[in-house]
Amino acid sequence: MSARLRSLLLTLAAPVLAVVFAAIITSIVLSVSGHGPIETLSLMVDYGFQPRTISLTINSATTYFFAALAVAVAFRMNLFNIGVDGQYRLAAMLAAAVGGAVALPGPLHVLLIVVVAMLVGAAWAAIAGILKATRGVSEVISTIMLNFIATGIVAYLLNTDRLAVQVAGSNNIGTKHIPESGHMPGLSLIPGSGTQQVFGFVIIAILAGIAFQVLLNRTRFGFDLRATGQSESAAIASGVNVKRMVVISMVISGAVAGLVGMPQLLGASYSYGLDFPTGLGFTGIAIALLGRNHPVGIAIGALLFGFLDNSSNILQINEIPNEIVVIMQGVIVLSVVVAYELVRRYKLVAEQRRVSRELSAGGTGGPAPEGAAA
Amino acid sequence: MAVELDGITKRFPGVVANRDIHLHVRRGSVHAICGENGAGKSTLMKILYGMQRPDEGTIAVNGTKVSFGSPSDAIAVGIGMVHQHFMLADNLTVLENVVLGSEPRKGLSIDFAGARRKIKEISDAYGLGVDPDALIEDLGVGDRQRVEILKVLYRGARIIILDEPTAVLVPQEVDELFDNLRGLVREGLTVIFISHKLDEVLSVADEITVIRRGTTVQAGIDSKTVNARQLAELMVGSELPSPETRESTVTDQQALAVRDLTVRSSDGRPVVDNVSFTIHKGEVLGIAGVEGNGQAELVEAIMGMRPSTGTIALAGTDVTSLDTRRRREAGIGYVPEDRHRHGLLLEAPLWENRILGHQTRRPNSKGPWIDRAGARRDTERIVREYDVRTPGIDVAADALSGGNQQKLIVGREMSGEPVVLIASHPTRGVDVGAQAAIWDHLRAARAQGLAVLLISADLDELIGMSDTLKVILRGRLVADVDPATVTPESLGSAMTGAGEGA
Repeated sequence: MSARLRSLLLTLAAPVLAVVFAAIITSIVLSVSGHGPIETLSLMVDYGFQPRTISLTINSATTYFFAALAVAVAFRMNLFNIGVDGQYRLAAMLAAAVGGAVALPGPLHVLLIVVVAMLVGAAWAAIAGILKATRGVSEVISTIMLNFIATGIVAYLLNTDRLAVQVAGSNNIGTKHIPESGHMPGLSLIPGSGTQQVFGFVIIAILAGIAFQVLLNRTRFGFDLRATGQSESAAIASGVNVKRMVVISMVISGAVAGLVGMPQLLGASYSYGLDFPTGLGFTGIAIALLGRNHPVGIAIGALLFGFLDNSSNILQINEIPNEIVVIMQGVIVLSVVVAYELVRRYKLVAEQRRVSRELSAGGTGGPAPEGAAA
Repeated sequence: MAVELDGITKRFPGVVANRDIHLHVRRGSVHAICGENGAGKSTLMKILYGMQRPDEGTIAVNGTKVSFGSPSDAIAVGIGMVHQHFMLADNLTVLENVVLGSEPRKGLSIDFAGARRKIKEISDAYGLGVDPDALIEDLGVGDRQRVEILKVLYRGARIIILDEPTAVLVPQEVDELFDNLRGLVREGLTVIFISHKLDEVLSVADEITVIRRGTTVQAGIDSKTVNARQLAELMVGSELPSPETRESTVTDQQALAVRDLTVRSSDGRPVVDNVSFTIHKGEVLGIAGVEGNGQAELVEAIMGMRPSTGTIALAGTDVTSLDTRRRREAGIGYVPEDRHRHGLLLEAPLWENRILGHQTRRPNSKGPWIDRAGARRDTERIVREYDVRTPGIDVAADALSGGNQQKLIVGREMSGEPVVLIASHPTRGVDVGAQAAIWDHLRAARAQGLAVLLISADLDELIGMSDTLKVILRGRLVADVDPATVTPESLGSAMTGAGEGA
């Protein structure tokens, strides 16, 4: 049991060290640019733990969580889905257009929008999966290209001649406003946060995290997926149809990616406009790395990124550039990747050593079969 | 003495790879190290080349004691290694490949002219005949090997280790290589030559050291005083546990029937050519052959991992159109040749490895769900029945020694009552204890009616275990041999096609 505890501590040590290391680097940058690191940090913490900011942090984290989960599904199979970005934008826009065009009773309306988003995301990701399975095209290349194409399609469709309408009283254009029946009600989770509610989608996020864990660890499909990720040759020999797995896991990844835009769409903006958040797919990659493709890790990473993003808003008022947070996030991701690899190797060697020690002490015949045979 | 290794011992988790090895190599000689696969030759050479540190023992080069932390330390004292797998960049020239990693500088640019001159000098001095400006991708295997040799010479090596250099060569190229080696030795260089091919060793080596089960059996034998037979006896040893299974359990029920099986390589050449055979229940069919004659492709075709033409029937049912998983479910067990690549998830715990290849069957799964408890319980059973030495079923497969990994695989593939077991080199690289255990399990299962397709490079294993023995050469089954009467020597000559008309 103590070995397992040690292993757990080691696993936790890596991200903690990475965050500490990132804090040091950020402090240096701050000092060099003439701002006190301690004051800056305490500003952020003070502001970050106000009820309203906590609400905002949870909301950002909900969105990040879906993005990272989408990346993680593919990562577990050694597929690098860089296309989450294009997948969620295309999905959110088309789902918003559908949602604005129909009127249905409450839950059904929300359900329709979500299903459309998941289907669009899945279909867009499937292109990359099918290209890889049939033509051997690297999913890295094809998803990057599909991101550009998605940008083009969104720009083309988001035009007042096509799916978009002028937003009243502004220069912005967006899809038709989704009627009340298609809104996801918010939750007053944080006391004292006033009108700033928490996205109702946070519940869906938690369910998605549980579903992810069950799918991967408790089902045959999940076993095949993880086996393929660990050793494709062994998976093939065990009877896994790797090509089919590539397509299916890209479809799942894309369907989850379709959810990325939903908290914002159904909980705040109710329309896909020019100001809809972009680039979440790339944040998702960083958080998936940080969270080691594990839902709990991803949740913590998403909260950390959400906290940094939202608490940094106070910095500008105090004339400290809030880009410092981007530096911190970047350093965290880089150092955490290095730290994980170091810990992984250390654990492997430590386990080999432990096994041979326990065998030689156990008196089960000793570790030297030569001796036994001679 | 160019190299003196004394009392070298190297332990890996659960296995001693080298034990008290003594190796003395005279300067200006070709010294062969021979031993079977898994005898510890490679580990010894990795120690001499600084890739592994010995746990005990001393290394002396040219009379000076040394300690290597990395290959660069070995290179610094003049030791070079030519690996079995070439490490050359195809789209660069010979010149560029040779200087890669140790580029001679002239100001800011690379001194290609100087390097070209030096390469020419070396090539001429040792009769290597290498053109510095040829592209690697245009060169044949023999030429590439000469480039590898040139690369080590260029870095100033005076002692050259060649790891199984003839494995990739055709006979004429082998002769050329040996001429080159003799040339090197004439110029005062020392060559250490690793091989398990006895005729080659005898023709090129001045002295021979034989290694068996990790230790020196006999060091520094003068190659003129021994013959291949004596060498083989030293390599194999006389007390080797016998793999014999004389009492026949062969029945007349067909378990696996393969008809007209053909596998083509990517360039359309048949690598398995019209192969047909039948294995009955309770029968072990051995396939003998020099490695690379289509054995691996044959196995992968039967497993459905590689496209092929022809038909495969399992216990009377045609399985030709089924994929790998369906074939496994139909009752084919598979002990792969390369357990790390095809048999295990190295970083996964043992109980997850128990599931691998048997994902769809009890006790590992129930419907679409993985049955953790069932898989864990059955892993405990395999660990117990097959004597897998491990502290528990939660350790990663990587932490086990090769023999214990293999016992786990054999135990796994024997579960679920397979009709046929495809065993590819089932005892390769495992210690003698595990070898005997695996043989016992195969024998017991055979008595219960299991049909086994056995592919092995170990001729004693083939002869001792098989009820029927066929020889594969260039993808075709060329001869039937009676295992009751054949000797390793006559089987060996059948494998190389001696006496065959074509």
